[in-house]
Amino acid sequence: MVENRPLLTILTHLTLVLGVALVIFPVYVAIIAMTHTQQTLGFTTPLWPGDQLIPNLINVLTRPSPGRPPFWVMLWNSTWMAVIIMAGKIVISIISAYAIVYFKFPFRLVAFWIIFITLMLPVEVRIIPTFEVVASLGLLNSYAGLTIPLIASATATFLFRQFFMTVPDELMEAARVDGAGPIKFFIDVLLPLSRTNIAALCVILFIYGWVQYLWPVLVTTREEYFTLMMGVQQMAATAETDPMWNLIMSATVLALLPPVLVVIFMQRLFVKGLIETEK
Amino acid sequence: MANIDISGVKKIYPGNVTAIHGLDLSIEDGELVVLVGPSGCGKSTLLRMIAGLETITEGTVSIGGDVVNRKEPAERDIAMVFQNYALYPHMSVRGNLEYGLKNRGTPRPEIDKRVTEAARILEIEPFLERKPRQLSGGQRQRVAMGRAIVRHPKAFLFDEPLSNLDAKLRGQMRIEIKRIQRSLKTTSVYVTHDQLEAMTLADRLVVMNAGRIEQVGKPVELYEKPASLFVAGFIGSPPMNIFETAVLRERPGVSLPASLPAQADVIGVRPDAIVLDQPAGAAIALKGTVELIEPVGGESHVYVRMTGTDQIVIVVVQGRAPFGETEEIAFYLPEAALHPFDKTSGRRIG
Repeated sequence: MVENRPLLTILTHLTLVLGVALVIFPVYVAIIAMTHTQQTLGFTTPLWPGDQLIPNLINVLTRPSPGRPPFWVMLWNSTWMAVIIMAGKIVISIISAYAIVYFKFPFRLVAFWIIFITLMLPVEVRIIPTFEVVASLGLLNSYAGLTIPLIASATATFLFRQFFMTVPDELMEAARVDGAGPIKFFIDVLLPLSRTNIAALCVILFIYGWVQYLWPVLVTTREEYFTLMMGVQQMAATAETDPMWNLIMSATVLALLPPVLVVIFMQRLFVKGLIETEK
Repeated sequence: MANIDISGVKKIYPGNVTAIHGLDLSIEDGELVVLVGPSGCGKSTLLRMIAGLETITEGTVSIGGDVVNRKEPAERDIAMVFQNYALYPHMSVRGNLEYGLKNRGTPRPEIDKRVTEAARILEIEPFLERKPRQLSGGQRQRVAMGRAIVRHPKAFLFDEPLSNLDAKLRGQMRIEIKRIQRSLKTTSVYVTHDQLEAMTLADRLVVMNAGRIEQVGKPVELYEKPASLFVAGFIGSPPMNIFETAVLRERPGVSLPASLPAQADVIGVRPDAIVLDQPAGAAIALKGTVELIEPVGGESHVYVRMTGTDQIVIVVVQGRAPFGETEEIAFYLPEAALHPFDKTSGRRIG
């Protein structure tokens, strides 16, 4: 809307600022809590930075605690898990979308709908049968067990299908005339065209994998497979002593960084992927 | 370079929709044949069957003597230019030109030589490193042509390649295509719905209607001697005037020339063959009221309502019309300009 109504401008900006504040405030509190001692946090919630940032960070990163692996191990596990899930989901879904859009085979539509229906079944709904399967395959306490059940993805397949359907048929026909078979067409034409879509999905799927909590809790019992999400939760769930809020918040903020970095570095491609129309 | 033979080709789509009813056509080596007809007449389907993008239900297509029915498009050694150009958006112009050659395993020096040659012919050297989106419509069209030229194929197939260009560019590219085709002497099949494009480009013109060939011939032949009412109405702009002889006979003071075949129940007359002054030879004399005058520059198109009927007759007058709208005028259909047709079959008589 091209309008010049000062009152409306002030009002909309106020709403936006309020919305942002609502989201930012908890993050701010967490960052501030990183800089105080456990004693301060025990009786107040400070809003101004203290001087304990370095000691707290050193404490989280180096001091081992019982029942929980070192921070670096958890960071490694989380990253590994998120990356495998992200890559796996993209590879599987782009190939299945390619099959559904570009090949005629019996029950093509049925195949698509079966994939589509799984959209309605998130991990939590199918968690008990999935656990049973993973357990009988002996995949508990392994990266395979952590990631494979989360890879099959209807969302990404659906998005790639929608994108492929907007690619003009003539492009495929031109490639056929140019002597490119199905695999060559996929690699030489379709993949480069999907670049921005892949980037956008990478961001979304990395974060999806990163924030997984329930599934890792179920399938891992050995410390070397714990993820950051689990570690932070365990730090808070102490029975005998008061929770070390300074350390919990430090770990939380550190766990927040990788997805933030991913978003920052992929932002340009991410936005392009969501808005680009030119083909 | 090769000739293309189409014999008994049929196309039936699932659901028993027949797009092409048993069609025969042979295209000579080096010839530019234009398939023209209204949308849905099957011209694109036929072209796509030659290309191998559409399966052939019945009959055979052979290119250079080889039956290609079961061959993939790439194995048929043809090159195609698409209406929307279908350039690979992520590749540079050079990449687009090279792609087909690379896939065929052409050696690098040969690829470079052919790309340079095509770029020179089409005058696209300055854009070789650009992406298609940085080019104008006309330039993209040239790149699409270039992609066909570098392949040195047995045949070029054009699927309405100029439809996405504006009128001026279309005229230029039309001349360009003709020039390039003449110099390369590559057998070409060109599909269009634009009869002007068809007339000006074609060595031979194929007029199609509802999945059948209406007439094949040189453009001038088709213009001068249309084999059916459909061709008569399709070729030529403004379209041919059609008169029913029964209606003409009823007009007071109108006599039909004796040379007209008795069974001709419909006659056609080109708008530019109608004259305003009584000609020397036999002619049908008619009267009408001027409804509308369209000055198009060198000539004027005059729409005349024939007196006593609802029929509008189009008359082309050189220069400016010597009368105004609503005026009553007399006009003559010279005997030599009459095209006699049989109304029921729509075919030409004699």
